[in-house]
Formats: sequence, C-alpha cells, structure tokens
Amino acid sequence: MENSTVDLAIVGAGPAGLSAAIEARRWGLSVVLLDEQAAAGGQIYRGVDAANERRRSVLGEDYAAGAALTKAFAECGAQHIASASVWNVGRDMKINYLVQGRSASLEARHILLASGAMERPFPLPGWTLPGVMGAGAAQILYKSTGALPTEPVVLAGCGPLLYLLAYQYLQAGATIKAIINTTQRSDYIRAARHLTGALRGWRDLRKGMRMLEQLRRNQVPVYAGARDLSIMGAERAESIAFNHKGKQHRIDSALVLLHQGVVPNTQFSWSLRARHAWSDTQLCWIPETDEYGQIDDSGIYIAGDSRGIVGAKASATQGRIAAVAVAATLHRIEAGDRAAREKALHADLRSQLHIRPFLEALYRPLDAHRIPQQDSVVVCRCEEVTAGQIRKYTEVGCQGPNQTKAFGRCGMGPCQGRLCGLTVTELIAQAREVSPAEVGYYNIRPPIKPITIGELAA
Amino acid sequence: MRTSRNSECHPLFAADSSPQSCTVTLRFEDELISVPAGTSVAAALLLKGAGNFRTTPVKSSPRAPYCMMGVCFECLVEIDGKPSRQACLTTVSDGMVVRRQQGASELSTLIEGDQNGK
Repeated sequence: MENSTVDLAIVGAGPAGLSAAIEARRWGLSVVLLDEQAAAGGQIYRGVDAANERRRSVLGEDYAAGAALTKAFAECGAQHIASASVWNVGRDMKINYLVQGRSASLEARHILLASGAMERPFPLPGWTLPGVMGAGAAQILYKSTGALPTEPVVLAGCGPLLYLLAYQYLQAGATIKAIINTTQRSDYIRAARHLTGALRGWRDLRKGMRMLEQLRRNQVPVYAGARDLSIMGAERAESIAFNHKGKQHRIDSALVLLHQGVVPNTQFSWSLRARHAWSDTQLCWIPETDEYGQIDDSGIYIAGDSRGIVGAKASATQGRIAAVAVAATLHRIEAGDRAAREKALHADLRSQLHIRPFLEALYRPLDAHRIPQQDSVVVCRCEEVTAGQIRKYTEVGCQGPNQTKAFGRCGMGPCQGRLCGLTVTELIAQAREVSPAEVGYYNIRPPIKPITIGELAA
Repeated sequence: MRTSRNSECHPLFAADSSPQSCTVTLRFEDELISVPAGTSVAAALLLKGAGNFRTTPVKSSPRAPYCMMGVCFECLVEIDGKPSRQACLTTVSDGMVVRRQQGASELSTLIEGDQNGK
C-alpha cells in the first residue's frame, strides 16, 4: 500500500501517539498512525475497547479513561494502520513497515515517534526460565485476555507498576503469595528530598497510598528491603530466593513476576543517529530533542515515554505539543492560537511531571539488580552471553557495547539489544570505572524488526 | 533430565470469566486446542499450559514469553510453517498451525521458509 505524502506520520498508538493524532487533526493536518498492535491504546490502555465492565473496573478508572482517548482517535479522521511493524524510519522522511507479511512504505512531511516504554531488564540468576515474566507482561495478559495466575503468585522488585498489578490482582480475585520489595530504607531517605514536588502531585501520591493500604488490609506478605534475588529451577521457575533483613528466604512458585521500572524504547531514535544523554536519575538513555520533541532540525519528533519516562498523562501532553509545533511549521495554526494552546499544554505538562523526581528517587533499582555481580547471570538472553563473559571482554580491551558483538555476539540476537543494552553499558562502565555516557550504546541499524527476504519481496 | 523439555505443565494462567462464546481452533504441536478469538498466540499457549515455547539456538535452553509486547523475542514459534514468528504479536485464527521452535533447527527452517514463502 502506497500513500501520497501525509502531513504527519505517527508511530505508536499509546497516549502520546493518539493524542498527537487528535491534536494534529484539530488543525487540519492529514495524519497516518502506524502501530504494532491490532487495536489502539498502546500497552497502558491495551485492550480497553474490548474489555468488559468487570475488567475495566478491576483495572481502575485510569485505565478505563483510555476508552475516551481511543474513541476520540477513532473519530478524528486519522488513518490507522494496525498490526504494522515499522522496521525503518529514515531522515529522508520515509517509513517502511510490515503488515500481514508484506512490506509497505509511506512518506511524510513530519514524523512523530511515540514508541513508549518497556520494562527495565531485570538480569537475575534464573531470569530466563519459563515462568519468569515481567509484571507488565502479566498485566498485558490480563488487559488483553482476562488471564489471571492459577496459583498464588510471587511479585518481586520495585516501582509503581508492581504494586498496581498486586492491587489489580486482589480486585480480580487472584491470590498473591508474596511481594518481594527491593526498595531500601535509603531509597525512602533519598525520595524524601523530593516530597515537596510529590505533594504538588498529591492526587498521584494519594492513589499510591490507597493501593498500599489495600495490600496491608489483605495481609499480603511483603518482604520490604529485600535484596540478592535469584530464581531457581531446572526447566522452569520453581522458587525464588532472597535476603531479607540479613536472613535467607526461599519461596516456591512456578510463576515469578519481576519489575523494576520502565525505560524508554529508544530503538528508533538510536537508528536515526540522534544524540542520546545518559540520565543518572532514570538510569537509561534519553534522546536529545528541542522543547517540542524534535530531533535536530530533522522534522522528526519524539513524544511520550520513548523520550524519557513521564507517564501516560504527560505523554499525551507531549504528543499534543509536538502536533501543535508541526501544525505551526505547516502554517495551519495562527500565531495567537499557537501561543495560547502551547501555554495551556505546558501548564498541563508541568503539573503532570511534579511526582516524577520523587518516583525516580524512591524506585531507583538496586545497582546489583542492574549490574549483575555473579558471573553466571545471563545478560544477553538471545545469544546467552553472561555478565562474567562481558567482564572478561573488558579485561582484554573491550571498550563498549559494539565491541561485545565481535567478542561473543552479545546483542546480536533477534531482540537487537533491547533486553541487554542498558545492562551491557552499565556493566562495562563499572568494569572500566568510567561513566555510562563514555561507554555509549550499541549502533542500532535498520531493519529494527527482523524481516525476511521473502517479506521484503512480497 | 528430570522433565521432558516439551512436556506441557499445569497452566500458569487461566481466563477470569466464563469461556467466551467465540472461539477458534488451532493446532499446537499435534494437539487441537480451542482458544478465545482475538487473543494472541502467546496468550493462547500460556492459557493452555504450553510450558516452553522454544529452545535457544546456542544452548538449547527452554524459553517462554517474558515481555508480551514484542520486544523480548522469547515467544518465537513456528506459525503455519514460518519460523521465528512473534507469538505475542500474532492474533489466533482458525486452522492455524503452531509449533515450538527448537533452537538448532532455526537457521535451516529460516532458509527453507524463505524459499517456500511467497
């Protein structure tokens, strides 16, 4: 399928992408939105249109609110190309994608990348075993199919999503065997410094407190301040071991749900050779953009979590801000309208971001859970390269992630470094005693989704 | 080895509501399974207790879905003869044939798949 050049092509149907599409249509731009999923909503509003009343009530009003967004998008006049895997976005403003086994392309005057976030890799002993999944993955299963754990389940790690899933599981009637909470006393002290900001975002804070209260009331065993997590099992997960208050514990479970926050999905911005800065608070790469989200003067914008973790509401606002900037470039919005709209959107954004420094400080994942100290821990899941191997490469002169490819195919499997890249950067930085910024990241090249010669020719 | 690599296990997940009226039938390995329409292949196999989805090309380690959103590539299976399909991004359909992807054979099936494919 070939389209004539559209004003704005958007990649990603989460809050940022959908809001950008709605805003751009408001100013009369022609819009095409491509997304990998069958239905709009992204991961945060996954399955929101198909979810029944019960599922929506379990998932809460923040989730149910997504239905208004997908409805507004469906009615806004943007073209939605669903189930499309975008495998190339070029500075020549061309987008290549795969839909139903066929490759197609389109051209756009402007492009907005809204590829969202992914769960931060959690490289522990045994994290590759079947039965170990992300808490976000389990939440996607519930959102999309109503699937709940059949046996009492163990949740481990830190971050709002871990507690949110626990809370939702309780509402849905699932049993939680234990929450192994890796937030330490020192994290609370560090977070306290940001409490003033958090109080300005008091609605978010209150929601969190209510969830924790619910867990207490349901007498879910919580091991606070746990560390040294490892998962045991031969062919699949059988139990999880950890240290709690100096004592070693082991809990049997065939299903262990891990989570230690989310990180930007930066595959597109890296493949575009955008500059990225290492964030010491978010512990991930942040693509450099102007205040509207534009990379250099490329006409390519980024909005939402793929530009640094900001959450669903701020993502939506960033999407709208980028769309207004594009409309202005195309002279579809008058100066006065633009100024008023931007002022309102920036005010929204500021209030939506109040809570972030507090969350980042409180839920900072442990160093040992990002940079595995045990040599046997698998870092690159695809090629099964361990932390010990990467440290060895560094000893014999490996300077950065790209060289680990030559040493042992690290990062060269089908996930293209998505699940190991951050770990490899931090591992090498620690071994070389330099900053992650100095170590850098993999060179990401298109195709950023595996594509066969057959599909390319089809 | 204590358990067979391909042995199915007690499902880790079950659907919360009564079975949906609309189901599709697909073949997983040599078994016909009925699953709710509209779900992903990955969700369908998890609900059926598939255990592992594939073994790795390097060490033949068993793997199953980790991210459910298309980034980890742990759910790669063979669908309708095509290798390395992301089960979490593929919607089930009637008559679909799904097989586990066994690590060592990945490359040969990939070449074969390309030649047989359109």
